[in-house]
Amino acid sequence: MTSTVSGTIPDMPDSGGTSGNPVDSADSVDASGSIDPVKIMAIPNSARAFDSVGLVAPQQLAFEQPLPLRCGRTLPRFDLMIETYGTLDATASNAILICHALSGHHHAAGFHAGDSKPGWWDACIGPGKAIDTRHFFVVALNNIGGCHGSTGPTSINPDTGRIYGPDFPLVTVPDWVNVQALLADRLGIDVWYAVVGGSLGGMQALQWAVDFPQRLRHCVVIASTPRLSAQNIAFNEVARQCILSDPDFRDGHYLAQQAYPRHGLILARMVGHLTYLTDEAMGDKFGRELRSGQLNYHYGIDFEVESYLRYQGEQFSRRFDANTYLLMTKALDYFDPAQPFDNRLDEALSRADCRFLVVSFTTDWRFAPARSREIVDALITRHKPVSYVEVDAPQGHDSFLFAIPHYVQAVRGFLQAGRQTGGTHAA
Amino acid sequence: MRLDLKLAERWVRPRSSVLDLGCGDGEFLAHMQQKRQVTGYGIEIDPDRINVAISRGLSIIQQDLNLGLSRFADQSFDYCVMTQALQAVAAPDQLLLDMVRVAREAVITFPNFAHWKTRGYLGLLGRMPMSEALPHQWYNTPNIHLCTFRDFEALCAQHDIRILSRLAVNDNHQGSFLMKHLPNLLGEVAIYRVSRLP
Repeated sequence: MTSTVSGTIPDMPDSGGTSGNPVDSADSVDASGSIDPVKIMAIPNSARAFDSVGLVAPQQLAFEQPLPLRCGRTLPRFDLMIETYGTLDATASNAILICHALSGHHHAAGFHAGDSKPGWWDACIGPGKAIDTRHFFVVALNNIGGCHGSTGPTSINPDTGRIYGPDFPLVTVPDWVNVQALLADRLGIDVWYAVVGGSLGGMQALQWAVDFPQRLRHCVVIASTPRLSAQNIAFNEVARQCILSDPDFRDGHYLAQQAYPRHGLILARMVGHLTYLTDEAMGDKFGRELRSGQLNYHYGIDFEVESYLRYQGEQFSRRFDANTYLLMTKALDYFDPAQPFDNRLDEALSRADCRFLVVSFTTDWRFAPARSREIVDALITRHKPVSYVEVDAPQGHDSFLFAIPHYVQAVRGFLQAGRQTGGTHAA
Repeated sequence: MRLDLKLAERWVRPRSSVLDLGCGDGEFLAHMQQKRQVTGYGIEIDPDRINVAISRGLSIIQQDLNLGLSRFADQSFDYCVMTQALQAVAAPDQLLLDMVRVAREAVITFPNFAHWKTRGYLGLLGRMPMSEALPHQWYNTPNIHLCTFRDFEALCAQHDIRILSRLAVNDNHQGSFLMKHLPNLLGEVAIYRVSRLP
């Protein structure tokens, strides 16, 4: 899939959301915001495409062990939802871990039976794609604290027999990386060939290089940042306030009280979503186009862009948990691998022992190229092997979800080169 | 590999660190990595070339050389190499100073604008010179700061940059006796090794 039409807004603009399909969802919505009732139940043709991993099914792995967390609390046990694509080789040396972003999960590629849309990163994972499943064994998971099958706020707390809800501990990026290391142990993978992620996923990849330097050979950090800026945190805080101020939030106990802060979640997503797009892309797609062809002098929907945003929020609110959203935004805000090292990122990365590829996108203003360059500069300071590409793309932060040729080629070339050379250090 | 690169290679010691400015598809770095086990980075701006270089297993940083080398610390490399790019940057003098700042030695090659053919083009034909080393028309050339052997040496003298070695080459021929003694007239491409260290 090469849905890289210049200046278009992604139709699934969703940093790690459930869809990677270019089917224009926004346009299939009617004025009331409800979805097209036609649901394709057959196996979509695209699942049979030569470069698709095809039909896939998730697995749930149980970890019956206590998990100490950064916040000081301990999870008594946890489940992980994972999906794998490709085949692990005899020496377990070809495994690639995919880390997901804010709203992502284990379903990164291929199709679930009955679904018409592929996994969230299907553009980049598959036979012959950037992350080539003919050569690599790809592992994707839903992080703990998520709401897609791994233990999170919607799970039952074994200590109380009730839904965790707001009592689920605030997990952080280093906690996720710990869990991912336990997952690697379970799968018999001592060393990842690569750990790859975009946005919040890229932060996990970076944390891997700091926390488990001997357990990865390549690290791919896409559209990410070494820490959030005040503006980034501010946007997250607005999103949190949207949820927290919804009367149906019920201090986070909404599930136990048969309520749901739908409206808050919609608003949170609307504001978050805006930061993934660009003014130019929105201008190209919607401009000032009017929904009914005229101004209505009311506070309903006048402009197309309003309808689009509402639709995106609406869709998101149906498949996402509000407590998970709060948790994910905090994990973003807290991420700061340099902090334990006197706020010196180069010091944190001095222990890294893998090759790096850092990718940014010119129109990404959420985690702008300058933020990626901070990572690159810290690595250069320590003479670590790193390549950096700044991809010219119109899709803003969401660019990383698309098969943009320069980007795909850089990732593919970087991963393939290591197979041939055995990953010797160039710097 | 181009002759100027082959010659530059001789000056780079095994297992040293190299920063290659305008590294293109990484041919030189890859070669040096194999033959001399050097480590280091290439800097390039063209995405297609960058991707070829990355797929060779090299460390490549996408950057416009006109932005300077501020991301690199003083004396953090053994060599800083720049082949056939000095004449195309916005501030060659600043970049030269940056090169001798980040590396112990800088290796630089550029087309010599005082070559007899170039002089002939301008002096006799009255046209902007074109040659194998200068293949562009005046209106589409990226070469905005062309110079000569003498110009380059004057710039080095002005900034206390020592010239450690100098080679003059012609197309694909290494310098003859005459070229060695009349580089400014007979050398089509200049190759210098310079340093600011005492």
